[in-house]
Amino acid sequence: MTTVLKNVFDRPVSLKDVSTHFCPGCQHGTAHRLCAEAMDSLGVQQRAIGVASVGCSVFLYGYFDIDVVEAPHGRAPAVATGVKRVRKDDFVFTYQGDGDLAAIGTSEIIHAANRGEAISVIFVNNTTYGMTGGQMAPTTLPQQQTSTSPTGRNVASDGYPIRMAELLSGLEGVSYSCRVAVNNPKNIMAAGKAIEKAFRCQVEQGGFGFVEVLTTCPTNWGMNPLKANNRVAEEMIPYFPLGVFKDIAPMGQEV
Amino acid sequence: MKRLFVKGNEAVAMGALEAGCRYYFGYPITPQSDIPEYISREMPKLGGTFIQAESEIASINMLLGASACGVRAMTSSSSPGISLKQEGISYMAGSELPGLIVNICRSGPGLGGIDASQADYFQSVKGGGHGGYHIIVLAPHTVQEMYDLTMLAFDLADRYRMPAMLLGDAVVGQIKEALVPHPYQQPSDLPTKEWAVSGKQGRSDQRIVKSLFLGDGELEAHNWRLHAKYKQLQDNEVRCETEHVDDADLVVTAFGSAARIVKTAARMAREEGLKVGVIRPITLFPFPIATYQQAAQTVKKMLCVELNAGQMVEDVRLAVNGKVDVAFYGRPPGAGSLPTPEEILVQIKKHCG
Ligand SMILES: Cc1ncc(C[n+]2csc(CCOP(=O)(O)OP(=O)(O)O)c2C)c(N)n1
Ligand code: SF4
Repeated sequence: MTTVLKNVFDRPVSLKDVSTHFCPGCQHGTAHRLCAEAMDSLGVQQRAIGVASVGCSVFLYGYFDIDVVEAPHGRAPAVATGVKRVRKDDFVFTYQGDGDLAAIGTSEIIHAANRGEAISVIFVNNTTYGMTGGQMAPTTLPQQQTSTSPTGRNVASDGYPIRMAELLSGLEGVSYSCRVAVNNPKNIMAAGKAIEKAFRCQVEQGGFGFVEVLTTCPTNWGMNPLKANNRVAEEMIPYFPLGVFKDIAPMGQEV
Repeated sequence: MKRLFVKGNEAVAMGALEAGCRYYFGYPITPQSDIPEYISREMPKLGGTFIQAESEIASINMLLGASACGVRAMTSSSSPGISLKQEGISYMAGSELPGLIVNICRSGPGLGGIDASQADYFQSVKGGGHGGYHIIVLAPHTVQEMYDLTMLAFDLADRYRMPAMLLGDAVVGQIKEALVPHPYQQPSDLPTKEWAVSGKQGRSDQRIVKSLFLGDGELEAHNWRLHAKYKQLQDNEVRCETEHVDDADLVVTAFGSAARIVKTAARMAREEGLKVGVIRPITLFPFPIATYQQAAQTVKKMLCVELNAGQMVEDVRLAVNGKVDVAFYGRPPGAGSLPTPEEILVQIKKHCG
């Protein structure tokens, strides 16, 4: 009797065979893998250029087996604009944290989106500044304690957390904008599909696609990985609802 | 070749297009807006890309991205906008990216004014952003040089893999004079851009453009490599114009627009029998140190004239290292503070006596 073995799980070719520097329970790794799977599935690894941001994901080139340009803090969408305008046939994406994209880089993301740049943006929202030690981010939840909001985010003086996926969906230049989470298998499957859809939107239609991924930062939340994962469903999703906020053909054309 | 009558800013745009630059990213600001206006009209006709960005910060980062792909690209602005670009220039320097940054300098600090100014000298030549780097800085003083040095800036940037700045001001930017355009000749020995990102396209190696170096000793080694390039620039790329230095008692030195005024004043002084020479640095970084040192052997005194309260004079004094006295004349720029040749002549006479 012969046994036929079928490979059902493997490392995407877009991902390198290395272990990451991320903390235990950090979901940057999951988001990386989903991006790699989407690149594999679209067959764009050999023409992919990633634009790394400043934050815990700065070592993009260490994990993805693709060409990478490192951008200054917040400026990845402008750098990606320069890259894409030159390399029109390449697949170009940015991967940015919430401090990077929703604070220092708000101008760059809004205008790249508004121009309808043919790029894809992966926005990793962990409600804090991971790399610098857990300071308050524009996405920090009301009352959430961080190292610079020790008594909790005070919305009266700090304002409310910004919902970037909804905000960007109001711009004509945006073709696809959604929010996903990676806190359970079902959500991970949906997140993978959403990322692939955003990438496909660039590759097939030349559109701007945006995927906000809710993730954990157990280290700076002061939680173990399990508790941190539970917080995504208990506290983050109620404020940052999952869903698709825009899905149209580029620049308002009918699908 | 036909002689044209054009503005300095337009000559920059023409030189850039002729040198094969097909990507421009900028944000409007006086007195440089003729550059994006010209380019937005002419570059698309050549298949190029013009983007009016949301800010100077965005435009320098678009330049960073385009340059990382290996193409000739540029941005232009004026002082307040150049301040905003400094972060990106530092990243480009750290990432060893070529690219042209044009500063049609205006008066400051702050919003200042729109008059000709050389008050951005320090910012340009000392590494205006963080981290202890330099960029190539060229200082045109005529419309023809605005054209020629734009081409040279692209060549030097590509050769040394670093940003280059063309430092003009409202006078050389706005003045109209004769320009003889000429075809661009790319030096045959420019290195190919094997570092440029392109998607792997079957390559086994990854290409990474970055300025973060965290390994033990890695950043120090990287910085020493950058500094070795600055030494090479000093050895090979200094450009400087001199007039009558050999028999001069007094050398007057100035760059850019100030040199136009100084040359006229020096001619007037010669007509009166005064032995006056002129040194005009064309490259501000690398600085023509040897030219000053040589002149210091024979002249009695030097006078540095600038459209600011005294910046380049510090480098002239460092160059001559106490060998001769270096006097300074300049006025902080603003409306009505551009010195006349007669005003400089008075200073020349004062220091010749
Ligand atoms: C101009 C500038 N300001 C501040 C910093 C410091 N800094 C580095 S990463 C970071 C925020 C990172 O947070 P986020 O973007 O949310 O990414 P995460 O680390 O959480 O993935 C900051 C403020 C910097 N590198 N550059
Ligand atoms: S600090 Fe937070 S975001 Fe950064 S690697 Fe650790 S868990 Fe992840």
